[in-house]
Amino acid sequence: MDTVLDIKGLRKEYKTFALKDISFSLPRGYIMGFIGPNGSGKTTTLKLIMNLMKKDGGEVSVFGQDNIQFERQIKQRISFVYDESVYYEQLPIRAMTNIIRPFYDKWDQAKYEDYLKRFELDEKKKIKELSKGMRTKYALALALSRHAELLIMDEPTAGLDPVFRRELLDILQDILQEEQNSILFSSHITSDLDRVADYITFINSGEIVFCEEKDQVFERYTLVKGGPADLTPELSNQLIGLSRRDTGFEGLAIGHPQGEGLVFEKPNLEDIMFYHTKGAQHGR
Amino acid sequence: MRIVLQNDSGRAIYEQIAEQIKDAIMKGDLQPGDPLPSIRALARDLRISVITTKRAYDELEAERFVESIQGKGSFVATQDSAMMREKRLHTIESRLSEALLEARLMGLAYEEIERMLRILWEE
Repeated sequence: MDTVLDIKGLRKEYKTFALKDISFSLPRGYIMGFIGPNGSGKTTTLKLIMNLMKKDGGEVSVFGQDNIQFERQIKQRISFVYDESVYYEQLPIRAMTNIIRPFYDKWDQAKYEDYLKRFELDEKKKIKELSKGMRTKYALALALSRHAELLIMDEPTAGLDPVFRRELLDILQDILQEEQNSILFSSHITSDLDRVADYITFINSGEIVFCEEKDQVFERYTLVKGGPADLTPELSNQLIGLSRRDTGFEGLAIGHPQGEGLVFEKPNLEDIMFYHTKGAQHGR
Repeated sequence: MRIVLQNDSGRAIYEQIAEQIKDAIMKGDLQPGDPLPSIRALARDLRISVITTKRAYDELEAERFVESIQGKGSFVATQDSAMMREKRLHTIESRLSEALLEARLMGLAYEEIERMLRILWEE
């Protein structure tokens, strides 16, 4: 399969946090959700892909080319939506866009104007007057108007209301109608990804927990619930993460444990993320 | 084409899609040669992942309900009527066995089942 993004053994060390030898890849034509709790290394990974900071080891290749050696060419084909505002606060939208536009070879003015209208953005408004949601919309309008083949977004849905979050998912699926386009999308709001993502990469404390097809992830795990007495030591051993209450327990298991009185459910991504994180904290 | 997905049905999304397309073919709502939406278009329409949709189409292809032509898309396959009949008989058989199993567990007599069946048939 054609791979748009291939990361091998990527490392970055800080005083209090390290990205430890992470590897994953994204096949062309699909959406990958990049999930993990705050501070797990999502933004660091994305910034290393964009060569916005220096890596301490490993390789990143985009469209089959090294991301540092071919940085210029690659960046014409990637759109990156930052989590933080990277624009001049004092400028109105129109002036800001005029500064940015010349950097992109395949800028599509008509498309840009369509998005401004669709997102109800007023070109005369200054960046500093925009709400968090409006800033994200502006960043998206810029990102979507340059015919990029790979769209990378860092927490694009944070700060957006549910109505626009759904609209954004529709827009992403529109982009994927073109088979050469791919999307990497980091989020800690996993409900956005439960349905539309093809692949899920889960990072926790700087390490990749898994990177695979979403459907396979869902098939592997079971959410188990029961009363206080139903939690036998064997069952407890099978659980990745556990939360106990006075009236009973809930935990995440791989496969399908057996036991009388137990209740089973299909977990969502949030359950999977939560119990992996919690399990890790308990030294498991 | 009508496809309605249920999130909490306990059945995988790809199975639900395959099942509903199969039903439409068996009922004749979809005719041999009818084009199906492209995988990507259907994924967008149902707001689900491309891979999930592809899996549904793969399954339909494996069971020869659908054929895909490179570069042209997916179409309802010509159905072998004898085989279709066989498949439908098989479905009826397996659903009846399920009902019978339930009846045995309850301890119903054969006559009671027969009466029930006749009433349902005449409805």
